[in-house]
Amino acid sequence: MTAAVYVRPLERRGIQRFLGSVGDIRAVAGRNLLTYRRVPQLVVFSTIQPVVFVLLFRYVFGGAISIPGVSYVDYLMPGIFIQTAVFGSIGTAVGLSTDLNTGFLERFRSLPMARSAVLAGRTLADLARNVFVVAMMVAIGFAVGFRVHTGVPQLVAALALVLLFGYVLSWVLATVGLVVGEPEAAQAAAFPVIAPFVFASNNFVPVSSMPAWLRVFAEHQPVSVTTQAVRTLVLGGSAGPDVLKSLAWMAGILLVFVPLSVWRYQRSA
Amino acid sequence: MDDAVIAVEGLVKRYGSVVALDGVDLRVSRGTVFGLLGPNGAGKTTAVRVLTTIIRPDGGRASVLGHDVVREAAAVRYRIGLAGQNAAVDGNLTGRENLRLIGRLTQLPRRRIADRADELLERFGLSSARDRLVRTYSGGMRRRLDLAAALVHYPEVVFLDEPTTGLDPQGRLELWEIIRELAAGGATVLLTTQYLEEADRLANRVAVVDRGRVIAEGTPVQLKAQFGSAVLEVGLPDEATATRAEMLLASYGVERDGNQICVKDVDGPRIFVDALCTLEGAGLTPSTMAIREPSLADVFLALTGRRAESDGDRAQQQATTESRT
Repeated sequence: MTAAVYVRPLERRGIQRFLGSVGDIRAVAGRNLLTYRRVPQLVVFSTIQPVVFVLLFRYVFGGAISIPGVSYVDYLMPGIFIQTAVFGSIGTAVGLSTDLNTGFLERFRSLPMARSAVLAGRTLADLARNVFVVAMMVAIGFAVGFRVHTGVPQLVAALALVLLFGYVLSWVLATVGLVVGEPEAAQAAAFPVIAPFVFASNNFVPVSSMPAWLRVFAEHQPVSVTTQAVRTLVLGGSAGPDVLKSLAWMAGILLVFVPLSVWRYQRSA
Repeated sequence: MDDAVIAVEGLVKRYGSVVALDGVDLRVSRGTVFGLLGPNGAGKTTAVRVLTTIIRPDGGRASVLGHDVVREAAAVRYRIGLAGQNAAVDGNLTGRENLRLIGRLTQLPRRRIADRADELLERFGLSSARDRLVRTYSGGMRRRLDLAAALVHYPEVVFLDEPTTGLDPQGRLELWEIIRELAAGGATVLLTTQYLEEADRLANRVAVVDRGRVIAEGTPVQLKAQFGSAVLEVGLPDEATATRAEMLLASYGVERDGNQICVKDVDGPRIFVDALCTLEGAGLTPSTMAIREPSLADVFLALTGRRAESDGDRAQQQATTESRT
């Protein structure tokens, strides 16, 4: 062994500590993205589902749904973008629970790396993945007749909101993944947590057709609020209040789930 | 301070009402291989997790290279390597990518990472497989890569939690060789095992752990001398001769097991000759005859009154059988 010539790095302090954390996060995120390239099923299946929804609602159910003042495809697509981001965050739960299960997290915890790197690297890799998937859904949206009524800046802002929402939900699903600790179970556990928010919402149909008790929930829950914000951004109207409401939800979710997932991470193993 | 690289005093860890560590004391000297021996659930893995800063103890103190594992966890992590029970390598990365990732996360200088990864792959016989995805590796290859990952940052202390569990005999021998080389290179190794033979072959000192406590400690030779004794085993061709032999040797204090007669507490080869003469004199020829040195299994039995490791032994036997067929 040539250990004799190795000079051990000093512990990181101050700015070095910060730069070191950024490096660790990049290393972990890079590794997670490599996994998505090596196991494309992880991305492909989460893309097929929203495509099926687009085709189903655009061509099968859409004809029977009429929204005053707007074509159904324009109403539908913002809901699809949000749905894509929401279901995409299940990847966070699956990824983390896989690493927990294989003992990879345990190895990470014994290394002199930044404690934040595992969770940040995971959620950021899933954000990068969502950029790819959402971009694809936008292309498909245009292909089936979706049109932006406002302009490019509003579309960019809307997509940024979609991606931010997906990122925020990654922290919720990170907690789920760490609690459940097994990839298949994480997937099974994530769906019932997410489905009510995606379907009892204004994503596909206006909430006005729902019974009163459900309408209250469907109108104010985070998925509907964010879809509404995305819609007003791309279809026109005063988007400010909707966007603020959505951001407030996201801040609230982060405030609860970032500490919760960090706490779970520290106790895992 | 003396030269203890690992110092543990009164370590306690509870999981709810289960006491995993119940006041463990250990001292491990530099450059030695220390074996933590005990059955499943004895607390071996919990001890390793505390020492590698993965979990915090509920009581007592532990330090590695003079750094407290709780208060100076970061300093400890720079200096230790861990290979856990399940090969914690990423199946979707190549062998090389796995080691380079660990190199980055252990802050190896950037220009050194690639060389270090290749050097370890070479040393562990994985060079030809370095660009293959690890999910295509055999169990033994994964273990070797896992061990390589634990060594990337030149750790001074290496923790190996059941390094050979689940390996076939060939893989086990290879890993033993690597562990010996590690210690010869100056590293201190703490390994846990439920295989008595493994502790016996590898460890300079052994602590026997049972129910969260260290119940005996010493060199394998000391432990065997203190708690075990040699046994004379005489095998006879059939039951009738075995019964006669049992009567002839009764004065030595014998135990009968089928066609085999065991004389316990043998203190030297003299008895071998005496017993053989007695039997030959009566016209009996044993089919086998041997003095078996005390094993750590005997030590464990003497200490706990329970047989050690039925699981491990079974797995070992199974592996042996499989490799034969």
